[in-house]
Amino acid sequence: MLTLLQSHPLLAALIALLGLGLAFGAVLGYASVRFRTEGNPLVDQINQLLPQTQCGQCGHPGCKPYATAIAEGGAINKCPPGGQETIDALADLLDVEPQTLDAEHGEEKEPNVAYIREDECIGCTKCIQACPVDAILGAAKLMHTVIADECTGCDLCVEPCPVDCIDMLPRKGGIEHWRWELPVPSENRKDLIATDRAAA
Amino acid sequence: MNSVFNIHGGIHPEEEKHLSNPGTVLDAGLPPSLVLPLSQHIGKPSSLLVEPGDQVLGGQLLADADGMVSVPLHAPTSGTVVAIEPRPVPHPSALNNLCLELACDGEDRWVASAGCEDWRAETPESLIARIRAAGIAGMGGAGFPTAVKLMARDRLPLHTLIINGTECEPYITADDTLMQVDAVGIVEGAQILAYILGVEQILLAVEDNKPAALEAMQAAVKATDGSCEVMTFPTKYPSGGEKQLIEILTGQQVPAGGLPADLGIVCQNPGTAVAARDAICLGKPLTDRIVTLTGRALTRPGNYRTRLGTPIEYLLAIAGFDPSDNRRLIHGGPMMGFALESAAVPIVKTTNCILVPTEQELPTPPAAQACIRCGLCAEACPASLLPQQLYWYARAKDQEQLERHHLADCIECGACSWVCPSHIPLVQYYRAAKGMMRESKSEKIRSDRSRDRFEARQERLEQETLAREAQRAARRAAAEQKAAEGGADDPVAAAIARAKAKKDNASDKGAES
Repeated sequence: MLTLLQSHPLLAALIALLGLGLAFGAVLGYASVRFRTEGNPLVDQINQLLPQTQCGQCGHPGCKPYATAIAEGGAINKCPPGGQETIDALADLLDVEPQTLDAEHGEEKEPNVAYIREDECIGCTKCIQACPVDAILGAAKLMHTVIADECTGCDLCVEPCPVDCIDMLPRKGGIEHWRWELPVPSENRKDLIATDRAAA
Repeated sequence: MNSVFNIHGGIHPEEEKHLSNPGTVLDAGLPPSLVLPLSQHIGKPSSLLVEPGDQVLGGQLLADADGMVSVPLHAPTSGTVVAIEPRPVPHPSALNNLCLELACDGEDRWVASAGCEDWRAETPESLIARIRAAGIAGMGGAGFPTAVKLMARDRLPLHTLIINGTECEPYITADDTLMQVDAVGIVEGAQILAYILGVEQILLAVEDNKPAALEAMQAAVKATDGSCEVMTFPTKYPSGGEKQLIEILTGQQVPAGGLPADLGIVCQNPGTAVAARDAICLGKPLTDRIVTLTGRALTRPGNYRTRLGTPIEYLLAIAGFDPSDNRRLIHGGPMMGFALESAAVPIVKTTNCILVPTEQELPTPPAAQACIRCGLCAEACPASLLPQQLYWYARAKDQEQLERHHLADCIECGACSWVCPSHIPLVQYYRAAKGMMRESKSEKIRSDRSRDRFEARQERLEQETLAREAQRAARRAAAEQKAAEGGADDPVAAAIARAKAKKDNASDKGAES
């Protein structure tokens, strides 16, 4: 055998290459089974960027389904609660051109929180069934209330309420949510040069 | 005396401290009514104990601490609670916040109070409880509840208490004045705080532009057992920043994201030390403080002992305000203070200075020009940051890079803006960027929780559906089994047979007729 290989170097090279190929193939094959990723990692990455309001304004029943749709090539500009910031982040992740928000799905607004006017509540449990994050507490024929910290402001509880006792109020507001604004650079070009300004 | 160290950067703005005549305390008197915000400190607002119409005495508890990081609020004089409603408060947002208005009756009657005879006989815990009950929050400007700061003793080994009498910001002389008139009180307060913290060493830090205060402090320290030491160092802004002062005195840097307590050090303001002494030795809650009223638009500037809640317009009248050449009213100093929209806002626990400059003295900043990348800001930064890079990243809202460039270590001292030849309001960019990062962090936590709750709900619904299906399948299986046992009992077959019988019956009848 050895003498045969010595006399046919080409054959020896072929056998060596074949052997290497089989060995590495086995390693890769084992790795693909051993270190298999469950689910689609891209969907999770996209889902991380979505605001998790679970409001369904994008036409999908929740943020995860929308993330799946985006991963399969769907439009990235259907999420009003996320707004432009989310669209930009998604464009950055997927390496596509950023778009503006699709007005068909609603417009960007400040986050809300639901409040139940408790003395008007008749205890029908319809809002509890509608809440995507189980943020409404109550039982049949007893008053319901919203756990404000868990409410995503998705509006889904407003529609089913037969007595219209749910208000959507702004979540931020008041002194504790106030923050400094970025300064707006001067639009007036004349402000840029001191002597121009003096002349104006 | 130990040698002192230098810090990176820093600036030397005009001090203007002589304007307010440090060393003399004037009395601001009793205004007709006081407006007391329920949130004068860092943490949760105090929770109200009184209602409109209630008669209260000076020193009476009006609102109690709500939770751990909060402080109570006391009446600064006797009178009637006339309103509890949102009012303008000293805050850069110019938004309203819940306040209590107290109409003073002019009699200034107080509740009886008693301090402890000998604080050395008390346990540190009981002294902390007294400080907490007196409503003391850091009086240097941040307003962190003092009792909470003192509780660091339970978590970390401490060795040094620093009384920060640096007061490096121009114009302000409230601490300078306090050190001159009540050095003994500061030293006694410092000894009480040191006893509570269980530390051996007390450093009293005074900048060398306050010779009278330095002398008074040295005289007060001579009378003590030797645990106190007065340290002085060259004047530079912002030496009074907590982390900067620690580096000057010890040569050690507080780690990024850490607290001085990580180095075994706690810093307190002289005003806080005196307030702690008054709370413990006299049983007196925090209801007044020294406020510097200064600026060239005042004819009688000075340091005024002012009751908390005193409206600033009342103080301006006392100090002889001349509105002809004034455009801005500043709460705090010229470097770190903020402009107030209204003079109706009250003095709070953290108000050390009200600056009322003429337009000539502190002109309205000109419009920002383009950054010319001169690098002066990086030379001036006392935290050794790169202000220019932070500026670009703040404009681009690039949070990842802002974090990488340690935006959180910026102390917002304003040295970079002060040296900027293009008048870029750098600190405002950093404040906005910090707010943005705080917000997106809390939004992230929120959305993570929403996702978990949504997924938990989906799983629950799925399981409910499965359980229902399983039940239905079980019922069907039971029925089929029954049918198999006795063929006649098959409900479907029985129904068909019944219908057939009925039909036959009907057609029979039809045939008969």
